[in-house]
Amino acid sequence: MRSVSVDLNNDASLLIDIPDALCERDKVKFTVHTKTTLSTFQKPEFSVPRQHEDFIWLHDTLVETEDYAGLIIPPAPPKPDFESPREKMHKLGEGEATMTKEEYAKMKQELEAEYLAVFKKTVQVHEIFLQRLSSHPMLSKDRNFQIFLEYDQDLSVRRKNAKEMFGGFFKNMVKSADEVLISGIKEVDDFFEQEKTFLLDYYSKIKDSTAKAEKMTRSHKSTTWNFFYLFIFLTLKLGKLSDLFEKLRKVEGRVASDQELKLTELLRYYMRDIQAAKDLLYRRARALADYENSNKALDKARLKSKDIPQAEEHQQQCLHKFDKLSESGKRELTGFKGRRVVAFRKNLIEMAELEIKHAKVSNIMTGSHAERVLLDSCVASDLSNSTWDPY
Amino acid sequence: MCLSSSEPASLPAEDISTNSNGPKQDLLFDEDPEDLFAEATEEVSLDSPERDLLLSDGPSPAITPITPPTSVITPCIGHSLLRIKFEQFQTCFLQIEEEEGGDLFDMNISVSDPEKVGDGMNAYMAYKVTTKTSMSVFKRTEFSVKRRFSDFLGLHSKLASKYLHVGYIVPPAPEKSIVGMTKVKVGKEDQSSNEFVEKRRSALERYLMRTVKHPVLLKDPDVLQFLESSDLPRAVSTQALSSAGLLRMVNKAADAVNKMTIKMNESDAWFEEKQQHFENLDVQLRKLHASVESLVCHRKELSVNTAQFAKSAAMLGNSEDHTALSRALSQLAEVEEKIDQLHQDQANADFYLFSELLGDYVRLITAVKGVFDHRMKTWQKWQDSQMLLQKKREAEAKLQFTNKPDKLQQAKDEIKELEGKVQQGERDFEQISKTIRKEVSRFEKDRVKDFKTIIIKYLESLVQTQQQLIKYWEAFLPEAKAIS
Repeated sequence: MRSVSVDLNNDASLLIDIPDALCERDKVKFTVHTKTTLSTFQKPEFSVPRQHEDFIWLHDTLVETEDYAGLIIPPAPPKPDFESPREKMHKLGEGEATMTKEEYAKMKQELEAEYLAVFKKTVQVHEIFLQRLSSHPMLSKDRNFQIFLEYDQDLSVRRKNAKEMFGGFFKNMVKSADEVLISGIKEVDDFFEQEKTFLLDYYSKIKDSTAKAEKMTRSHKSTTWNFFYLFIFLTLKLGKLSDLFEKLRKVEGRVASDQELKLTELLRYYMRDIQAAKDLLYRRARALADYENSNKALDKARLKSKDIPQAEEHQQQCLHKFDKLSESGKRELTGFKGRRVVAFRKNLIEMAELEIKHAKVSNIMTGSHAERVLLDSCVASDLSNSTWDPY
Repeated sequence: MCLSSSEPASLPAEDISTNSNGPKQDLLFDEDPEDLFAEATEEVSLDSPERDLLLSDGPSPAITPITPPTSVITPCIGHSLLRIKFEQFQTCFLQIEEEEGGDLFDMNISVSDPEKVGDGMNAYMAYKVTTKTSMSVFKRTEFSVKRRFSDFLGLHSKLASKYLHVGYIVPPAPEKSIVGMTKVKVGKEDQSSNEFVEKRRSALERYLMRTVKHPVLLKDPDVLQFLESSDLPRAVSTQALSSAGLLRMVNKAADAVNKMTIKMNESDAWFEEKQQHFENLDVQLRKLHASVESLVCHRKELSVNTAQFAKSAAMLGNSEDHTALSRALSQLAEVEEKIDQLHQDQANADFYLFSELLGDYVRLITAVKGVFDHRMKTWQKWQDSQMLLQKKREAEAKLQFTNKPDKLQQAKDEIKELEGKVQQGERDFEQISKTIRKEVSRFEKDRVKDFKTIIIKYLESLVQTQQQLIKYWEAFLPEAKAIS
């Protein structure tokens, strides 16, 4: 999943990764490891434990920071979701009485693998969030980011304070006014006009694709599970053949996982990233609206000959802010497009290569096994011996 | 549960296949660089004691490379290679059957051309039954007749009444389906009713082939008449909701009660063992059948979802403003659509075949169990006659001391009759036991062959699917690489 966003973590001045994580009941504790040559940090290498909520806190403070209004803030990592494997674990526990020891052990193993897969996904998505920040010229210097990386105490106190201060105000605003404002604004700049049209349309399409990909992946995985039950029963009658099916099922499972990682996760990530880009457009649109309002206020002031200098200054501020956002926004959006194309390319190539590999492996296994089955039967001289089981 | 993600980039190489005859030609992955788990921790090399605990059974086993069997040189098993082997396999079976002597079984029956006859609730499907044979028991080498479903049921009913009680495993006819047939009668020309007709056609074909493969049934005049004569008296007592049908149900219930009360002294361990074997087989096959049906269902769902995703991906591709990426996304949509079609055509079809075969065998085993039950009944009849004989002898002994010459003569006559009955009972019991032994052996042979054939068919088509998949993705890869 690192390949979702490429060109990260190759600047030696600030290297971040999550080498370790622990899952205790519902909470995941990530170990955030930093290696740096920057003098702004106290040590050249250090690690801190962080929870998911700490990442959200960091994300939110960045979003609320006025100075970053012209930047695409990397999307916050989604909450770790162990719902699916946990549900299956429950069912396994309930069905324990009806299964043989072998069946139970196999299923447990499968479930542990699924747990592990979800686990790794969530580690990666948290890691990417940090790496996006560390590779950004402005965001990497953020004070809170530094605190997040370095502060060796619990961040929960800071989290509470932040909640009280902002109360999610800005986020709510974004949600309700978003589309209307962006699409309603009179755009003077061609670049932003195009971007706006493109992003709004692309967002709805990628949202749909993500949902459909998720459905497909879920279906794929549940088919694999079905295979599994089927082949448990086949073991009872068809010894060697069940070996083949067991292996094919494993490959099938990996095909489903690979598809999820390379395709579904990719779409999911960029859907969120595009939302972040839209947020940028929103902030700029708001700044434009503010500027237009300040113009109107200035005209009013001039008419009434009252508070002209304030109005003029306010108008200048608005203009300045708007220009800054436009300039920064253009840079960010152009970089974003490049990033997106590269990531899609990498993932699509990797997915195709993996699919080819899995199909080839399955092909060899099936072919050689089928041969063996055929060979066995021709060699057998006494077919009437019904206790001989050729499978 | 406590999990840790710390692990080295390479996992221990362990092949977990449990058994193999001959050289180890198993799993052929090499150490997997694309390993789901290795990707996450590429730059880390931590050693954790938990590693072995968690991963010793290898959710993603990395296997030491093994040289493939010499006949498999190319990395892609060709369909033709497998076909050659399959034909060799079929010859093997054929040779063994020849050795059994007699007129070589050479017969092929096909059921085709389902045609709707009539209208409304009285309508029915007529099927064409074509027989191709060189066997001497038939007058011609190729001939066909028109039959309807109730004709098949009538045939089975006649054969069952003639042969089941002497121990022959009479293949059961396909099941009735009131819902299915009503749809057809009402004239619903949709996919589900077409599927139903096709399923039935195929089931009827299998039924006939199984029946004629039985050396005794083949020579039965009812069978010959069914296959050859253009006119067949309609079998009326086969309707589901008829009085005959109800009578059948009542008899079945009565039988079940009787079975519970018969306590047979089994002197022959073979029968006890076989009965247990068939009980187990019954349970397993039913489970398997349910499992395969559920799999077919899930596959259909996957197919729907894949098709939906393909459409969505195509739209995304249209929306994409980067030209090369846009083209790649459209290509991806096409690949997914093709793969969906592939799975529908091949994988589905074979699971469906497997599912049908399992259904057949679940019904067949019921017939087998029925035959064992008949043996028990035959034994009971013999025992009953013996007990009655005993009683009569006792009564006769008593009569000897009375002065009733007529009654005495009557008793002696009855005893003579009963002695005959007892002898017959014993002969019947021995005969049915002998027949069942032969039948079971034949049944098991056929079972092995049937399952193997189906599985090989499935494997063949699996190989084909895999080859196609490789083709599709290999065609897509350059498109993905072309994105700049």
